[in-house]
Amino acid sequence: MTPFAELLDRLAFEPRRNAKLALMEAFFREVPDPERGFALAALTGGLVFQHAKGGLIRGLIAERVDPMLFALSYDYVGDLSETVALMWPERPGRNAPPPALSEVVEGLSNSGKAALPGLLAGWLDGLDETGRWALLKLITGGLRVGVSARLAKAAVARLGPVDADAVEEVWHGLAPPYLQLFAWVEGRGAAPASVDPAPFRPPMLAQPLDEAELDALDPAAFRAEWKWDGIRVQAACGTAADGRRVARLYSRTGEDVSAAFPDLLGLLEFDGAVDGELLIVREGRVEPFSVLQQRLNRKAVSPKLMAEFPPRIRAYDLLAENGEDLRALPFDARRQRLEAFVAKRGGPAFDLSPLVAFDDWDALAAIRADPAGAAGAGVDAEAVEGLMLKRGDSTYVPGRPKGPWFKWKRDPKTVDAVLMYAQRGHGKRSSFYSDYTFGVWRTGEAGDELVPVGKAYFGFTDEELAQLDKFVRANTTNRFGPVREVVHEAAKGLVLEVAFEGLQRSTRHKSGVAMRFPRIARIRWDKPPGEADRLETLEKLLPA
Amino acid sequence: MRAEDILVPTPAGLWSPAAEVHIDPVRPVPRALITHGHSDHARAGHGAVLATADTLAIMAARYGADFAGTTQAVGYGETGRIGGATVTFFPAGHCLGSAQILLEAGGQRVVVSGDYKRERDPTCAPFELVRCDVFVTEATFGLPVFRFPPAADEIARLLGSLALFPDRTHMLGAYSLGKAQRLIALLREAGYDRPIHLHGAMVSLCRLYEERGVPLGPLSPVEGRAGGREKAALPGEIVLCPPSTLGDRWSRRFADPVSSFASGWMRVRARARQRGVELPLVVSDHADWEDLCTTVAETGASEIWVTHGEEDALVHWCLTHGIAARPLRLVGYGDEEESTVAAEPEVPA
Repeated sequence: MTPFAELLDRLAFEPRRNAKLALMEAFFREVPDPERGFALAALTGGLVFQHAKGGLIRGLIAERVDPMLFALSYDYVGDLSETVALMWPERPGRNAPPPALSEVVEGLSNSGKAALPGLLAGWLDGLDETGRWALLKLITGGLRVGVSARLAKAAVARLGPVDADAVEEVWHGLAPPYLQLFAWVEGRGAAPASVDPAPFRPPMLAQPLDEAELDALDPAAFRAEWKWDGIRVQAACGTAADGRRVARLYSRTGEDVSAAFPDLLGLLEFDGAVDGELLIVREGRVEPFSVLQQRLNRKAVSPKLMAEFPPRIRAYDLLAENGEDLRALPFDARRQRLEAFVAKRGGPAFDLSPLVAFDDWDALAAIRADPAGAAGAGVDAEAVEGLMLKRGDSTYVPGRPKGPWFKWKRDPKTVDAVLMYAQRGHGKRSSFYSDYTFGVWRTGEAGDELVPVGKAYFGFTDEELAQLDKFVRANTTNRFGPVREVVHEAAKGLVLEVAFEGLQRSTRHKSGVAMRFPRIARIRWDKPPGEADRLETLEKLLPA
Repeated sequence: MRAEDILVPTPAGLWSPAAEVHIDPVRPVPRALITHGHSDHARAGHGAVLATADTLAIMAARYGADFAGTTQAVGYGETGRIGGATVTFFPAGHCLGSAQILLEAGGQRVVVSGDYKRERDPTCAPFELVRCDVFVTEATFGLPVFRFPPAADEIARLLGSLALFPDRTHMLGAYSLGKAQRLIALLREAGYDRPIHLHGAMVSLCRLYEERGVPLGPLSPVEGRAGGREKAALPGEIVLCPPSTLGDRWSRRFADPVSSFASGWMRVRARARQRGVELPLVVSDHADWEDLCTTVAETGASEIWVTHGEEDALVHWCLTHGIAARPLRLVGYGDEEESTVAAEPEVPA
């Protein structure tokens, strides 16, 4: 456990990607099997323990410290594992050796629910603060040390002459502690043979378009598509060596999200890999993201939920077909294959994301500005968040190369709102007041009043965060547990320019509206709150 | 006589009706008692100032000799009469010259502790426990997550990193009054006898400490301007600098610098990450949670007033341990330090 805890601790404080890679590479070189394999599993999010969860940790700490002091500490630190690691009462004189990572993983996987609290408490007593923190991170999942699964795999690849993408493609056929993987990259064994019939292929991502650069680009070299406001997925299907059909749905990061969409999986009967956007389509019309969210946020996938929120993949790329890898083909050629493929195989599970025809950038800009217009996306306009530009000759390259693909989002809408409440943040922002609830004016019974319309916790720089935090502390008028009420009167308070992507009616919010993707665009230190926007202004933006 | 006749919080700071003086006022006042030289407690522009000789020297070094109308030095343990109260200064163990102030009137004893710590510090007089009826304390680190390791262990981590990266300059961010000198003294105790390099902002206060009898060993100011031509300077050396210069243009001249920061805030990982600190050292000149609770109990005070910081937890702890306590929520102390720690802390921790 100790080498792993030290690795996590150093990764947490190391901001540089290359240095993170070097730290992990050194760890994988020095630490023997199976310890390093379990560490890799932890770094790639591959360890999930059925019974060991956050609740177990809360239970143990509740037996040991005052609940009020724990609540205040947790609110301050903003991270359960770290709070408990820092507060755990040391037991002087205890002399048990700290457990090995493999011992922890086996213990957490194989122990019954009743045995876990005692086991975990014993380990925590034997570890120092860093060790306790690492152990608790392991249990709560999400190490938050700034390492993606992909970066960890890239570090493994550096042990030998193997490409990180090659590790990625054998990955889904492997299991912790990855003995065969390490043997292969170190040149001691063959490549993992069980080639996954439905592997994840690292996706190609687009750069945000800088409109100033548009003139330098040749419109004839580019194809345009709608940028759909859903979630990027990859549907991969194939036949295993034993004849079994395998179909999987992956998220953009390679997470297998099949379990959340059994209805969609059942309809995938091709052999290949489709890159597209997961959307909810009802009565022939794509629903906005807020509707998709209602399906995503459920734990159990009930028949009712599936009937109410039917998913569909809007396909925009074909990465493989019948065992043939298409990624080296230019976009135009892949597009032809995709269109033929969807014509033959498409249906309720997936359809084609159309190309948007245009002659020059001005014409395209006009279409982007008005997706509901004549040349627009018709009934699906509400689900469009902009355009994608892809070079006709672009091959499919993993990562975010500069040049071949651009995303050209719609301009956000903005509103001037008044800061009303603030709460401490989590993660990087912990212990700063970084979550802001803001409101706009409306006519109340006793004259004008502010009504909350949303909450934002990003969009500002670290420097602005420090200023906002200071403002909150100096202008607190009330405290409700972790929430501070901040002065908000017509003449006293702070105006925030809030940018957002869309607006929906909401019965959960007092104001009757809910924002999509709100963030702080500017802090209006200059503007008196009385001049902030009114609710009527927002209501005009609601879809008819 | 009630405690409130001896001491009350006001917008200008703590005010003693009995003695007709302010303690550590945040605005200019006719008569002020100053606990210690940090800028949130010791401000310029008061009429008459009473403080320890070391604190007066620090204020003169920072604000110029004319920082107050008149000044008077007081030694630890000396008792004087001011108005209707007697006043005694006791060591607070926070930094050179730091004091707790005991106010006595009508049989009531009120101690204003200013900032204090219980851990040993070779650069200042150790904290002296003063039994009292009302103990006024800060709570900068008033949460049970703030348990500080022995400072010597943190110094060992710094020296360990130097051994691991002998070619990299170790930039040690520290507040220029108190923390910087304590770190130097601790490094000397750990056997580190190489010259320690100082950012310009550190030089005058280190000199003042030495003049007032705190030996710091060989020190060497860093020469040259920011943006100068020098590259990869001082490999394997320790450079002591204000926290705001970490990652700043000034630090570019050094050899692949390791960014380190010595502060109680470094106890929380997110705080170190917010600043981009690679080697956080948990060294504080404030009392940690255990020491706050211990001190509160040991003073025997029947009532605790918490000036600022994480007052909720400390007040709760007092109440659950049968000690009356209330938050004063004074503005202008420490709070600034917490809110600006991501940008530029001007106040020590």
